[in-house]
Amino acid sequence: MIRFILAAIIALLALSVAAQDSMPPAPYAYNQLADPRLEAEASALMHTLRCLKCQSQSIADSDAPMAGDMRHQVRSRILAGESPDEIRRWLIARYGDYVSYEPEVSSTTWPLFVAPLLLLLVVGAVLLRRLGKRRSDAEGGDVA
Amino acid sequence: MRSVYLWVPLALFAFFAGLAAYMLTQEKDQFVESTMIGQPLPEFALDPAYAGLPGAAKADFTGKPRLLNIWASWCLPCIAEAPQLEALQKQGVEIVGIAIRDRPEDVANFLAKYGNPYSRIGSDAISEVQLAIGSSGVPETFVIDGKGVIRYQHIGDIRESDVPKLLAELEKAR
Repeated sequence: MIRFILAAIIALLALSVAAQDSMPPAPYAYNQLADPRLEAEASALMHTLRCLKCQSQSIADSDAPMAGDMRHQVRSRILAGESPDEIRRWLIARYGDYVSYEPEVSSTTWPLFVAPLLLLLVVGAVLLRRLGKRRSDAEGGDVA
Repeated sequence: MRSVYLWVPLALFAFFAGLAAYMLTQEKDQFVESTMIGQPLPEFALDPAYAGLPGAAKADFTGKPRLLNIWASWCLPCIAEAPQLEALQKQGVEIVGIAIRDRPEDVANFLAKYGNPYSRIGSDAISEVQLAIGSSGVPETFVIDGKGVIRYQHIGDIRESDVPKLLAELEKAR
């Protein structure tokens, strides 16, 4: 019985291997751009884009075929003269903020940026009141 | 009054710990939805994925709503959804396929084995069109209206229970 279960588990493991294509990677999936300046630009961008299949890796870190295809998009677009910002916006227009590891202010993320500022204001107000009170207490003490 | 305030931090901590525990028990949404719904299809023209059917292009999506099925012969859930695609096709739905990272002989084998519900199949060897329409995996099925606008996205294989919803979305796109 245990043997059977083990065999079933091993067979299941093999399934995920079978569910991969056998195609060669896209031209720029694993090949760097010839111009080191452009490659540096592409690489910096790829480290801030999320792999859609693997979800916790950047496309620079992932060996998923789809991440390779995304790297190809990034490199070939950089080579065609697009700026990293344009490519990031192109992807965000398709997959939402999710695809970008670089936090951006948008209709859903603005509270993340505003909340710390509000907290700072609250802290400032409390400190001012406390310190102000202490000073007036102290002054009051002088008078007494 | 003061003693009540002293409990606030503990109450906050309990609230966040409880929230975290609750969220851990919730199923994680693994799907990355396309934000291209309501947008026109990007320009594309793909070569035929095998000799039996023509390729696929944006220009094919005129006149009536169609399904755009992103699939691959190496994708196992695509086998599971094959009967549903066939049922949809029998009901008069035109299905345009895009085969992701696929070989002509594999496509032909898959269709011979599991049926061929497609009117056209384009070959997307580097996931170019897939990325351009905001699809993040195989299989995915989009409803495209007669003007070439993306109206609905179904992520994952089409189960029998999904067929009425897709038919309704096709009707809505008319």
